[in-house]
Amino acid sequence: MPEIRLTRTIDFSTSLRYWNPALPAEENRRLFGARASQHGHNYQLSVTLRGEPDPLTGMVMDVKDLQAILDREIMARFDHRDLNLDTPYFEKEPPTPENFVLLIRRLLLAALPPGSLDHLRLQEDPETYVEWFEPAEGRA
Amino acid sequence: MIALTRRYHFPAAHVLASRHLSAEENARTFGKCANPAGHGHDYVLEVTVSGPVDARSGCILPREQLDALVAKRVLDRFALRMLNEDPVFQQRVPTAENICHVIHEELADPIARTGARLARVRVEETRRNAFAYGELR
Repeated sequence: MPEIRLTRTIDFSTSLRYWNPALPAEENRRLFGARASQHGHNYQLSVTLRGEPDPLTGMVMDVKDLQAILDREIMARFDHRDLNLDTPYFEKEPPTPENFVLLIRRLLLAALPPGSLDHLRLQEDPETYVEWFEPAEGRA
Repeated sequence: MIALTRRYHFPAAHVLASRHLSAEENARTFGKCANPAGHGHDYVLEVTVSGPVDARSGCILPREQLDALVAKRVLDRFALRMLNEDPVFQQRVPTAENICHVIHEELADPIARTGARLARVRVEETRRNAFAYGELR
């Protein structure tokens, strides 16, 4: 069977400030400028899985099941929350889109069928997005 | 592999014509894009960098630094200009393909000096035409 890619996109609205708790306040303001103040974004996350469609259902993964994972792992944790104040993930590093997409990867790798994750695209604002490309050797 | 992309905009004019072709040949090759008076586009530029994420800043490349490089090397030079007047387009037709390649040439070394890698340059000439140079993985 051919390998097919499936992409599901979700939107969530979240506040944050770019802040590295290991650094003094002045250094944070120097590093991050205006983004060191609390602000917010309409994030857009696209999750791409790859795999062979199931011979019976014709699906790589039922999109309903994928959405349920995204609701549990991403929406419940981050939608209408503050990344610094409401989550435990940024006590040692700033919630830049780079660090955020790496966190999302860890959360999804633990929840998705092994070897299925292919690509993540996290859009922070209309001018900025980060992507994660899962290495081929990481897939089952 | 992780990559960061920033989007920029620059309006510019150009004429698609090669100095190695006659006026008739240019008109035949490039059609209405060869109008000698010029025409213009709101170009959208996407610059993608990859590399390790710095532990202090949480960034592949601080975006102020990337924005400043792109402004100095690309936007200040091409925005609100006639591209055919730029020295780089004296020997190359300013097609979006060549614009992509020129921007990649301009940015690759300065970005490499920061420790990041220029992974891709993508140019949208209109909503219906997009061009990219460089490999993401």
